[in-house]
Amino acid sequence: MQQVIKPEEVLKEYHPPLTDHEALVEAHRCLYCYDAPCTHACPTHIDIPKFIKKIASGNLVGSARTILEANLMGATCARVCPVEELCEGACVLNAEGKPIMIGRLQRYATDYVYGRGMDVFSPGPPTGKRVAVIGAGPAGLTCAGELAKLGHSVTVFEKRELPGGLSTYGIIALREPVEVALAEVEMVRRLGVEIRTQMELGRNLSWEEVRAGFDAVFLSVGLGTVPALEIPGEEHVLDGLEFIEASKMNPHSLKVGREVVVVGAGNTAMDCATIAKRLGAERVTVVYRRTEREMTAYDFEYRFVKNEGVEFRFLAQPVEVLSENGQVVGLKCVRMSLGAPDASGRPAPEPVPGSEFVIPCDQVVKAIGQEKPWVAQMLGLETEKGFIKVNQDYETSLPGVYAGGDCIRARGSASTVMAVQDGKLAAFAIHRRFAQSLGAAADD
Amino acid sequence: MADLSINFAGIKSPNPFWLASAPPTNSAAQVHRAFEAGWGGAVWKTIGAPVLNVSNRYGAWHYGSQRMLAINNVELISDRPLEVNLKEIRDVKRHWPDRALIVSAMVESKPEAWRDIVMRIEDTGADGIELNYGCPHGMSERGMGSAVGQVPSYCQMITSWVTEVAKIPVIVKLTPNVASVVPPARAALAAGANGLSLINTINSIIGVDLDTFELIPNIGGKGGHGGYAGPAVKPIALNLLSSLGVDEEVKRYGVPISGMGGITTWRDAAEFLLLGATSLQVCTAVMHYGFRIIEDLVDGLNAWMDAKGFKTIAEVVGKSLHRISDFNDFDLSFRAVARINPDKCIKCNLCYVACNDSAHQCIDLVDAQGQVVPPYRYDAHANGKHEAVSTRPQPVVREEDCVGCRLCHNVCPVEGCIEMVEVPSGRASVTWRELMQTRPEVTEDWAAMERYRKEVGIEIH
Ligand SMILES: Cc1cc2nc3c(=O)[nH]c(=O)nc-3n(C[C@H](O)[C@H](O)[C@H](O)COP(=O)(O)OP(=O)(O)OC[C@H]3O[C@@H](n4cnc5c(N)ncnc54)[C@H](O)[C@@H]3O)c2cc1C
Ligand SMILES: Cc1cc2nc3c(=O)[nH]c(=O)nc-3n(C[C@H](O)[C@H](O)[C@H](O)COP(=O)(O)O)c2cc1C
Ligand code: SF4
Ligand code: SF4
Ligand code: SF4
Repeated sequence: MQQVIKPEEVLKEYHPPLTDHEALVEAHRCLYCYDAPCTHACPTHIDIPKFIKKIASGNLVGSARTILEANLMGATCARVCPVEELCEGACVLNAEGKPIMIGRLQRYATDYVYGRGMDVFSPGPPTGKRVAVIGAGPAGLTCAGELAKLGHSVTVFEKRELPGGLSTYGIIALREPVEVALAEVEMVRRLGVEIRTQMELGRNLSWEEVRAGFDAVFLSVGLGTVPALEIPGEEHVLDGLEFIEASKMNPHSLKVGREVVVVGAGNTAMDCATIAKRLGAERVTVVYRRTEREMTAYDFEYRFVKNEGVEFRFLAQPVEVLSENGQVVGLKCVRMSLGAPDASGRPAPEPVPGSEFVIPCDQVVKAIGQEKPWVAQMLGLETEKGFIKVNQDYETSLPGVYAGGDCIRARGSASTVMAVQDGKLAAFAIHRRFAQSLGAAADD
Repeated sequence: MADLSINFAGIKSPNPFWLASAPPTNSAAQVHRAFEAGWGGAVWKTIGAPVLNVSNRYGAWHYGSQRMLAINNVELISDRPLEVNLKEIRDVKRHWPDRALIVSAMVESKPEAWRDIVMRIEDTGADGIELNYGCPHGMSERGMGSAVGQVPSYCQMITSWVTEVAKIPVIVKLTPNVASVVPPARAALAAGANGLSLINTINSIIGVDLDTFELIPNIGGKGGHGGYAGPAVKPIALNLLSSLGVDEEVKRYGVPISGMGGITTWRDAAEFLLLGATSLQVCTAVMHYGFRIIEDLVDGLNAWMDAKGFKTIAEVVGKSLHRISDFNDFDLSFRAVARINPDKCIKCNLCYVACNDSAHQCIDLVDAQGQVVPPYRYDAHANGKHEAVSTRPQPVVREEDCVGCRLCHNVCPVEGCIEMVEVPSGRASVTWRELMQTRPEVTEDWAAMERYRKEVGIEIH
């Protein structure tokens, strides 16, 4: 009995929206802490007790405004933020093991305004200043939106067909449907921001054009593709980001193997494994060269995929993709043992000689991080560990050129909410720069 | 197991819990089921003058996630024909000889009308009569209910019409819609009442619909004051109950009091007993949850009495009344300060903001190094649960500046976290009454007051 798998069902948003009653009960449960730790923990410092009490009082537009004032991508963040590590992890009600469902309440409030096509902000009075934003991911859209609210004229250049960055192409639909990301894009457009897609800096958009036409630039280009495994049989390995992208943009055409191996143990690997499993793979194995303890995936992601039935092979490193007649038949790995700590502070895995073994499989997906932003080299910017280097004001080594989001994340883990905070603070810094040049006081 | 039975002016019931005269006692079928569930008695829904009711007659006050903290109603007395009520009362009493069955009555303010209803009630075999002088709506407009209860002379006159003819105990039910319940209570007792009950409902308007601007509840485009009852009225009821318990004249009559107003759990019940109630009536809690709540009312009260070593209800009744006092007799040298237990504290800072914005600015936020720090001192780049939790300061009371107002204790969401600790004030005990006698100038003149404060060492910032 072959069961037909419908991608739109198995990949649909995992959490249902809160009902009105659930939201009200949960909102009333919040203590309305003063100088609340949840707000401190949120990288964008949304005034959480304030937005939650507005849900309780029935002022939903005010609630959404409170969220979006601090975090323009509040609807995305409500869905994708690692809340256990951030706001919810800091909630005082953890003392009783029952933190407030801050993310779900945030979604309730932001869905309310998006669902009704309401705008909570309007463009500021025009200042005549022009800013170019390169890359329409969360960092770029936030910076653009905040600048537009302050009256500056902003053009966003995006190389892809759709704006939204990884919110559109990279975050699995189980967590965030594409429409949510695109609704935020439209909101930014309604603030007067021009978004020009299929415009890639370094390809059909020159740096000279950008410098000549704008008073300041914000680089929010994110990171690149998944690096090569550098093993024989590489040509048979699928790129994890493309795998996820296909599951969002064209799920019916995505061919998933019967036995899938995912290489890597970060959040992208967990997402690839989830997609493979949900789209019908009988067996999905995550292969990682270190152990459970060194995994970079969040605890809750790891718990989630284990629940989905994904298996793990720790202390194993791929050495060759085996194929017959162009079809993958297995992944040859070598066992590893942990040695002295390496540069990352984690024990360095070392191959155990003669311990090769084969995991039979018909599909291999790599999810071992992303390439560093090449734009840095192209523009001759100073870098830090390959990421664009910026100062406290998000300004790069080129005056008037700012950067934020994943492309500057030399430290800490990359996430949407961090990108949003960068975009917001960079917008304020650019605004201050303009205010100084106009001899007026900055008003952020 | 304590003995929960009571004898209320000769009316006996196996436990002190009676259904109040209200919708739950509207018919024999209901009272049968209530008695089956274990209720000790019931006061039948008020019978008497002919009436017509309206729809949407109950409004409710919800607060936060708690529904029906109070109910408000414009219901009248029983709208079932008098004969039907009387027949059903007779029926119920025959089936339940061991339960207290009291009939509430309200008729036109004429002696014949009252005599007639008394005779007919006695004829049913009921154990007692409750005179409803409390209903604040509908009946009062017709000169009955609270229109009687609010005027002691009417109260006395009508009660005497009843007591002159009644052979069964007469209970007078008082309205809280007065400046003091003592004068009407004294009047009822002077007229020979055998017991008192209180409180009936409080005048109230629930609210206004923000979409339609209609009143809540909306009665065909109109609305108006209705009677308020339920958990929200309990503190008011306790105050009025105790005001009777400490009144010398009321006490002289030695009659029992039936307490009600917000009783929902055995805890509420125990408090009413401690402040002088002998029987306890319940309406709103039953309207909310049904007759089944009697199980824990009895079970919980029993367990509490066992734990405290009380054998009978009589041992509990009025046990806290001697503590009822007033400001004039409070010890002005009594001093308590707030103390926060850092092991229990979850650092919500509700005490901090309460003291800072509304009390005496004497809670400090203290960081791990023992430094006093301002709130919101992190910068825009700080984030993450570890950073937020590990740098969070601890609220600490500066005891020397604390006036012991108890606000922080009241707002703290953690049970037992902020305690009000009695500390020696170093001053001799003195009351305001004593000051008025010994140092009258201190109570009349600020300069004298300041000298007095300096003299005894009272400093207020
Ligand atoms: C699979 C996956 C799952 C993730 N899940 C989560 C999650 O659950 N929660 C979370 O918080 N974070 C998650 N992240 C991380 C998060 O998506 C990123 O941190 C965030 O999107 C970074 O935003 P950004 O604007 O810096 O970059 P991006 O979102 O990468 O956007 C960069 C944009 O720049 C464009 N661009 C690049 N180069 C050029 C150029 N030369 N010219 C013009 N445009 C250019 C790109 O096309 C892209 O649209 C996930 C990431 C991945 C890969
Ligand atoms: C809907 C409703 C109808 C009532 N009807 C009467 C009544 O007919 N006669 C009466 O004496 N009291 C009546 N009461 C008052 C109750 O008997 C009781 O005094 C009051 O509700 C306080 O008790 P509680 O807080 O337990 O409800 C009524 C109360 C309510 C809520
Ligand atoms: S810490 Fe928890 S309870 Fe306190 S304001 Fe934040 S969400 Fe509400
Ligand atoms: S008792 Fe009053 S004055 Fe003292 S700390 Fe608490 S709130 Fe402040
Ligand atoms: S209100 Fe209570 S729990 Fe909250 S910070 Fe103060 S003492 Fe701690």
